[in-house]
Amino acid sequence: MGWETVIGLEVHVQLATHSKLFSGSSTTFGAAPNTQASVFDLAMPGTLPVLNEQALRMAVKFGLAVDAEIGRRSVFDRKNYFYPDLPKGYQVSQLDFPTVGKGSLEITLEDGSTRVIGITRAHIEEDAGKSLHEDYQGQTGIDLNRAGTPLLEIVSEPELANAKEAVAYLKKLHSIIRYLGISDGNMSQGSMRCDANVSVRKTGSTELGTRAEIKNINSFRFVEKAILHEAQRQIDILEDGGRIVQETRLYDADRDETRSMRSKEVANDYRYFPEPDLLPVVIDEAYIEAVRAELPELPNAKRERFVAQYSLSEYDAGVIASSREMAEYFEEVVTICADAKLSSNWVTVDLQAVLNKQDLEIEQSPISAMRLGELIARIKDQTISSKIAKTVFEAMLDSTQSADEIIESQGLKQVTDSDAIEKLVDEVIAGNPEQVEQYRAGKEKVFAFFIGQAMKASRGKANPEQLNALLKQKLKA
Amino acid sequence: MSDRTVAALSRSLAQGEFSSVELTQDYLSRIALHNKGLNAFITVTEELALAQAAQADAQRAKGQHGPLTGIPIAHKDIFCIQDVRTTCGSKMLSNFIAPYNATVVERLNAAGTVTLGKTNMDEFAMGSSNETSFFGPVRNPWDNERVPGGSSGGSAAAVAADLCAIATGTDTGGSIRQPAAFCGITGFKPSYGRISRWGMIAFASSLDQAGPISKSAEDAALMMNAIAGPDSRDSTCVEGAAPDYMSTLNDSLKGLRIGVPRQHITKGLGAEVEKALQEALKVFESLGATVQEIDLPNNHLSVSAYYVIAPAEASANLSRFDGVRYGYRCDKPVNLEDMYKRSRSEGFGDEVKRRILVGTYALSAGYYDAYYLKAQRIRRLIKQDFDAAFKEVDIIIGPTTPHTAFKIGEKSDDPVTMYLEDIYTIGVNLAGLPGISIPAGSTSASGKALPIGIQLVGSDFAEAKVLNIAHQFQLHTDWHKQTAEV
Repeated sequence: MGWETVIGLEVHVQLATHSKLFSGSSTTFGAAPNTQASVFDLAMPGTLPVLNEQALRMAVKFGLAVDAEIGRRSVFDRKNYFYPDLPKGYQVSQLDFPTVGKGSLEITLEDGSTRVIGITRAHIEEDAGKSLHEDYQGQTGIDLNRAGTPLLEIVSEPELANAKEAVAYLKKLHSIIRYLGISDGNMSQGSMRCDANVSVRKTGSTELGTRAEIKNINSFRFVEKAILHEAQRQIDILEDGGRIVQETRLYDADRDETRSMRSKEVANDYRYFPEPDLLPVVIDEAYIEAVRAELPELPNAKRERFVAQYSLSEYDAGVIASSREMAEYFEEVVTICADAKLSSNWVTVDLQAVLNKQDLEIEQSPISAMRLGELIARIKDQTISSKIAKTVFEAMLDSTQSADEIIESQGLKQVTDSDAIEKLVDEVIAGNPEQVEQYRAGKEKVFAFFIGQAMKASRGKANPEQLNALLKQKLKA
Repeated sequence: MSDRTVAALSRSLAQGEFSSVELTQDYLSRIALHNKGLNAFITVTEELALAQAAQADAQRAKGQHGPLTGIPIAHKDIFCIQDVRTTCGSKMLSNFIAPYNATVVERLNAAGTVTLGKTNMDEFAMGSSNETSFFGPVRNPWDNERVPGGSSGGSAAAVAADLCAIATGTDTGGSIRQPAAFCGITGFKPSYGRISRWGMIAFASSLDQAGPISKSAEDAALMMNAIAGPDSRDSTCVEGAAPDYMSTLNDSLKGLRIGVPRQHITKGLGAEVEKALQEALKVFESLGATVQEIDLPNNHLSVSAYYVIAPAEASANLSRFDGVRYGYRCDKPVNLEDMYKRSRSEGFGDEVKRRILVGTYALSAGYYDAYYLKAQRIRRLIKQDFDAAFKEVDIIIGPTTPHTAFKIGEKSDDPVTMYLEDIYTIGVNLAGLPGISIPAGSTSASGKALPIGIQLVGSDFAEAKVLNIAHQFQLHTDWHKQTAEV
């Protein structure tokens, strides 16, 4: 009998508010240390929190996007522990009454099938500051710029069956928060952080095994690797007759392994209790409806619309709709060139290859949607062939010129003048009598040779359909 | 100056009898003379006071003045004043210069008051005798051997000894009313949420409330007009502007229904205090009020519930004093844990440590339901008792404290006995109601007069009513005019 893995994810998403959760300080990333820390953020005596309504609105927005119950009365609690970058000595979070309750998320697996993963809850809490251990010999520097930044902690049910599902879940979550505009989801800057609860059990068992919590996973790729590693570590222990210890483990990307961070002997008792400095947040139907009215078209709805409106395949529609920016780019291209199929191919294949190679996001694309749309329009109106289009596309990468300017300046315009093509064909036939004999003797494979020669002579500009037809006609004669 | 109420001083300033600078100099010289004996002030802000007084005189000359313009005030050292040392009575903050103003301070500054200094208090407002201050005990102006009460003991002693015209205080379980009773002055705790807590160093956030410590109910109303009302920096403040507390001071008491809690008149109550209360009730009856007994059946649970909830909140509120960013840090810490442990062990006094331990315990896994949740349930019962009582009566009147001021050291070895001194005041905080202590009698001990206070408790946000009733009593009695000889 084999083993199966059970995974639940806790994802911290930094909400894209302009100011902090409980103070007016800016949340901009990368400022000089402690320049974005007010008297409240420094936990000066006598200071009090005031809830940032934008953060609440963003949390509710997320809740509505995953069909979750919205807490009509959410309560903030104090989570008590000492750490130098936690200035108040407690973190304000939500324990029993989170703003977002039970919801669900549909994920798409590699084989195209879908699964619905339960979301347990999502609660609002404040981030801690940063401890800087480098640069201070024998001391620790504290930067409180990040302290008090609003986070939404999204907790999934332990329903993910393997590392690939976990990645699909995380990517879907990433896509939704970007669609909603509630976070930039930048994992390398820490605006989306993932902890994974991993356990294994005998296949078919219904009881959950003892879990380990893996922290510090800061890319999609590492989520997969960390889970694979951790599941195997647990299986190895169990197969050797050992027991799993419930603990927190840290993923080390350099060594591709997890290691114990703190064991349960020193586990904290956080002594949660309701934050007396904040009143419970009461959310009424009107507020919820107002937020619902702000919801954008979400990935699933967009995918279905792309299939219906543009006749794209489910797969292509899904790839494009997974990113709000890519979907917007695609629709702009379609508007300009009026060919959805070509647009889809160019965006998901050619452009995506360039973006991957240069490690760019689509909003940083060297070719704007307008320029790509104009290029595709020239394929569609037969100004250039698809093949020449690739040349133009390459040229566009290094210039700001439009497709038309490049076609013009490099003389790439397709030859559709039938007299000119006829002349080419005649020359090729006249210049290769041997091959003509072979063809006429029934060796039809030689036809490709003539096409090649003619194209070469036209420097690729001959209209392929015309050339094809004319060659066939002349060779028969 | 025979009448040093704010109302009287304000009239004198308006009539040009003296300037604010002269008045301020007078108070500063009284402080110089008497503070050494009383220890009422931790910090005297002479320079700031004289500058503010000069500014007040200039404002007055331009005709831009209100009733508090140029009035010398003292602030309990729990309120942050920008660029002024703010200690909260603790070694932990003995070097702390506040970088901002509390809302109460900001509003009083805007009203033109003159800040004489910061008054002594029990450490982090934890105490009923002012003996827990790192800066030493405050002495009661009526008898230097006795405590002034706490935790706002410095403010109460300063007002009673005319070291300031009026003072701010804070009240978490009786910390304004009890010292007012012990020092023979007026101390008013408004409803929870009436006055912003921004800049007031937190002890127990759901109970703490700022208020005036003054020589009369009228003076309290004058200060309330300056400090009450919503503040966007404190989410627990009630919305809606506060009323004008002066305009209803002279409302008639005809038909006023007074309730006296049966549970307050028990064998624990000192005979002389009970006698003063009965005399006071006769005065109210003569003014047209009727008196009836009422029930506060859960009042006996208030001290127990309070000593779970307040320490629980305090245990978290005081976590920020960790030696990292400001305040006391131990000498040469060897590592982080050592820094935390020694900074907090050395920086906090025994009573503060006791309450942090109690609060931490009450919130711990396995004990939370039995202590914290149960205390919250009792809190709701106590509130319900008051709500029921206010269906029958307009005001609840009883003793402020069971006894008059006790001797320094008398109760400091027995925390529980000390805690029980707050039996009449704590329920009012748990219910979030407005309460005032006013002088209503006197007794003598070892040849010295000791004042007696009574407490008037109103329903939610009925501050105007409470001040009106207290003022009417003071128009017909002289207890509040008696002064300690210092």
